Amino acid sequence: MTSNSHLERILERGEFAVTSECGPPRGADPEVIRKKGGLLKGYVDAVNVTDNQTSVVRMSSFASCILLKEMGFDPILQMVCRDRNRISLQSDILGAAALGINNILCLTGDHQKFGDHSTAKNVFDMDSIQLIQTVKWMRDDGKFLGGEELKGVPKLFIGAAANPFADPFEIRVPRLAKKVTAGVQFIQTQCIYNMDKFDQWMAMVRDRGLHERVHILAGVTPFKSVGMARYMKNMVPGMDVPDEYIERLKGVDKENQAGEGIKICVESIQRLRTIEGVHGVHIMAIEWEEKVPEIVKQVGLHPRPSA
Amino acid sequence: MIVANRKPLDEIEEMIKGYQKIILVGCNECVTVCAVGGEKEVGILASELKLSRKKDGKEIEIKEVVLERQCDHEYIEQLRPFVDEYEAILSMACGAGIQFVAEKYRGKPVLPAVNTSFLGVTEEQGIWVERCQGCGNCVLDRTGGICPIARCSKSLLNGPCGGSTDGKCEIDKEIDCGWQLIIDRLKELGQLDRYEEITPVKDWTTSRDGGPRKRVREDLKL
Repeated sequence: MTSNSHLERILERGEFAVTSECGPPRGADPEVIRKKGGLLKGYVDAVNVTDNQTSVVRMSSFASCILLKEMGFDPILQMVCRDRNRISLQSDILGAAALGINNILCLTGDHQKFGDHSTAKNVFDMDSIQLIQTVKWMRDDGKFLGGEELKGVPKLFIGAAANPFADPFEIRVPRLAKKVTAGVQFIQTQCIYNMDKFDQWMAMVRDRGLHERVHILAGVTPFKSVGMARYMKNMVPGMDVPDEYIERLKGVDKENQAGEGIKICVESIQRLRTIEGVHGVHIMAIEWEEKVPEIVKQVGLHPRPSA
Repeated sequence: MIVANRKPLDEIEEMIKGYQKIILVGCNECVTVCAVGGEKEVGILASELKLSRKKDGKEIEIKEVVLERQCDHEYIEQLRPFVDEYEAILSMACGAGIQFVAEKYRGKPVLPAVNTSFLGVTEEQGIWVERCQGCGNCVLDRTGGICPIARCSKSLLNGPCGGSTDGKCEIDKEIDCGWQLIIDRLKELGQLDRYEEITPVKDWTTSRDGGPRKRVREDLKL
């Protein structure tokens, strides 16, 4: 064990992990986080907290993680490189570890162009791979990037994202290999809809033996409606939604589409569980957290192991 | 070359509204090549300013000058014989040139008629694109001759990010993904194995982050 992470413990025991995520509110009301947390309690092993996702300003991931920690969760601090330089990143890593956050997800971050402050100056002093290296360096070598010794190392379980569907496809596995070399311990993937392509990616991952060096948690997002499926297909970069799902959702009445979306999600998880090298599932029910318990129960992953 | 864009006419008019006699000074270097501040553009801007004043029933005297360069003392000196006869200098050079003129003629307001944009190339007639950000520590040998600092919207040294789609950048479908270009070029060169080398965090001291930069060649100093 490299940390006190509940998620690391579960993965190291070889159990199939369940994570979900919690988007912080656009305001200072802690009840929003507590309410979302309340919906997930008992159904997940760890909760990701997004870091100003899509470059829209929200309550900080760090503060939201603490609110969830107080509720007994094992939060995963998402950290993007867009807004902080190496001084600030290292400082937040130390602060997070000091307050009992055990997991970090190292991300590049969306460009500020997408957000509500598109005139901002971005930072990108480092990228996600360098951030992985930095956390590992601080934890395992006990040093700052600048070379000075740390007094008290941050015991963090290091994660990152992977998108099996982004372009160029030929470097998707080499890119994962770079993250593994940098020291990543768990991966949460982009939402998987194209199972055949994901299978192909996992086969390539296994060919290089990467599945034995990193825990891969497959990402899923339930469709609320056919409109959402179309939006994901056409508007979200790096998202691969096969037409069969759109047809399937179109085939049911409007009021039953959400139920069909949940059904698709459950079937996906069941298939993902059979793929060698997939060690868990990451359920991203965007502003639909109340559906996570139902999904987890339906796939037979409830109750979750306590410790 | 240094690529610039001319400021909108109303912004320039606002800058010079208090003056009746100005020098409009172009530059024969980069801004001439990118068609923003050479002899032709000096003539056009002078005409536009005079016409616009005339419409309001006012006059402006503009002395049109084009210097060989505005980044060398000897050329800027050419303004000295008549500079005192004018109230202000409106420069169409890049930001470096404008500042050098201002340093030399401390008593005169020196105003920018262009926005200096980037270090780039003429991709096609009428199209200029950025290629370099002058970070002071070139990595082109490792990236197939394509700069990740200038051509990736996030300046990633270990790209691409997840936003690369069909070879385009997530911020704009018109912008090529710099990392797609790097990967394509490495493939052409038979060097795709280099992709897996992790580039460590960059030392930015040679860039703007290290403060204003200066280069001294002792052997050339007088």
